[in-house]
Amino acid sequence: MRKEDKEIMLKIYRTMLTIRTFEEKARSLVLEGRMYGALHLYSGEEAIAAGVCSCLRDTDCVTSTHRGHGHCIAKGAETKRMMAELFGRVTGYSKGKGGSMHIADMAKGVIGANGIVGAGLPIAAGVGFAQKYNGEDNVTVAFFGDGATNRGTFHESINMAASQMLPVIYVCENNNYAMATSFPYHSHNKTIAQRAQAYDIPGVAADGNDAEAVRAAALEAVERARAGGGPSLLEFRTWRHHGHFLNDQQKYKDPKDQEYWLTQDPIPRFEKALLESGTASQAEVDSVKADVIEEIEEAVRFGESSPQPAFEVIFEDLYV
Amino acid sequence: MAIMNTRQAIQSAMDIEMSRDPKVFVIGEDVSRNGCSFGQFNGLPDKFGDKRVVNAPLSEAAITGVGMGAAAYGLRPVVNHDFIDFLGCCFDEILNQIAKLRWMMGGQMIVPLTLNIFCGGGGGSASQHSQSLEVFFTHMPGIKVVMPSNPADSKGLLASAIRDDNPVMIIHNRGLIGMEREVPEGEYLVPIGKAEVAREGSDVTVVSYSRTLNYCLEAADDLAKEGIAVEVVDLRSLVPLDKESIFKSLEKTSRLVIAHEAVGNSGFGAEIAAVVAEEAMDLLDAPIRRVTAPFTHIPYNREMERAMYPDREKIASAIKSIL
Repeated sequence: MRKEDKEIMLKIYRTMLTIRTFEEKARSLVLEGRMYGALHLYSGEEAIAAGVCSCLRDTDCVTSTHRGHGHCIAKGAETKRMMAELFGRVTGYSKGKGGSMHIADMAKGVIGANGIVGAGLPIAAGVGFAQKYNGEDNVTVAFFGDGATNRGTFHESINMAASQMLPVIYVCENNNYAMATSFPYHSHNKTIAQRAQAYDIPGVAADGNDAEAVRAAALEAVERARAGGGPSLLEFRTWRHHGHFLNDQQKYKDPKDQEYWLTQDPIPRFEKALLESGTASQAEVDSVKADVIEEIEEAVRFGESSPQPAFEVIFEDLYV
Repeated sequence: MAIMNTRQAIQSAMDIEMSRDPKVFVIGEDVSRNGCSFGQFNGLPDKFGDKRVVNAPLSEAAITGVGMGAAAYGLRPVVNHDFIDFLGCCFDEILNQIAKLRWMMGGQMIVPLTLNIFCGGGGGSASQHSQSLEVFFTHMPGIKVVMPSNPADSKGLLASAIRDDNPVMIIHNRGLIGMEREVPEGEYLVPIGKAEVAREGSDVTVVSYSRTLNYCLEAADDLAKEGIAVEVVDLRSLVPLDKESIFKSLEKTSRLVIAHEAVGNSGFGAEIAAVVAEEAMDLLDAPIRRVTAPFTHIPYNREMERAMYPDREKIASAIKSIL
């Protein structure tokens, strides 16, 4: 393996681990009553954000979802400012006004998480439009879940991007549930990827818990978009370890499915592959783990000790 | 100055603004060379090309969302919808995205986006192509809403909207598309947030905007013959609202009539009446009167439709009722 490839693999591992640690920490903070507010956890889906964003540059963009922490972290947002936002503090990305569902980092090309399912897709088309308009070779990734594929914005955005040949990669994280409604119930299609045929664009389905498979599929779509080849639709099958929201009792999940999917957890799988292929040593893996734990602990310290915003902040940023 | 109709005034503003800033582009349905419902972009495709005059699929949500994304990335989109009635198809993009993203994200972006919209009835277009729905948007913090009453204001407010770093919805009235008036030929900006006294008078203040403003001027002409001096205030901007101009006029007249084409229930007249009642009640010597469309849908039948809207007689009658 080339040195650069090893670096990419270790970066993917670090990203996945950072996301998982961030999510589980946020979960326990809310359960302990130290943190307050809506939380939709990404645990279990890390390979998709990490794999896709490993193909992107800082100048590329993503639009994210209500389950957006993973995308933000994978695209380079700071966990300190994210955690501060979850604590509702003035040092957070939105000064405490946005919370979990509205984190953006424009400097890193994160055009924002979004609380409206399916809203990111047309925005992604617009960012892609602007990239093409400017004559750049930057691209935009729209992340969304299987639920969003039944919004009209899915159709409108993909058709627009296809008809205008916009550099947009549509990434469906199919975790089998639109909130509590299962994929086989809400869609007659066996896959979301097959819908690409309707727009005459490439559609690829791959294992969303296999970071290397995700990266391979994404790399091809990103390169095509960069070269002016237009949009692609990628579908990654995955599983939400937790419910739609924090206190979701998940009565709709078959415990056997949950048990099976936990054996498919993308992080141990990737770690095993790293070690077995000799890409990384146990010492390197352990060092990443220690770094990540320290980073998230520091993020919590920073967030929890940051000042509360003054009430007047609600009038800031409304108009320029 | 040149004589222009509203269509030509919009063309003029677009031509000038697109020439001075390469980041300005227009996207909408049928904005190509051979099709454009109202002709407001005629000539622009030949001059600026398809790249900057983007003819889009019939996808209101995608068109508006593309505007949002492009604005977030630094362009200055003019998103065109020929009928305000269609904004139901992209309400989320306006309500939850365009109006909120900057605020929700802690000011990390500006959204210099113009929504170029047409409202208004009078052409037998019935209830889904004739409405005046401005209050849906004046109720949304984060966007500005302006409504010109004449071609010069259509030009000047559109140019100001394009140069504004905030999302601005400019709502032209379809009934004024063919209206001809003197319009400045070169760069022309009408400030957003400033009302204009369209006619001075001392007996009663009529606050209005958009097409209905013109009927207020006609009513003022009629009443002048009876010795009644009507002051007509053209709001031009609904958000931000120039309250001071309304109060200043009331200091002279002490009487207020509000007229608009939209239905009265929760209409913008209710907002003006509430603002005056809360902040300037002591200026009033008479009850406030509103002249609006009744609380029903807009009919197709010509006579029925004509009877819906405020006109010079209804406005004059409302004025006289509080003298």
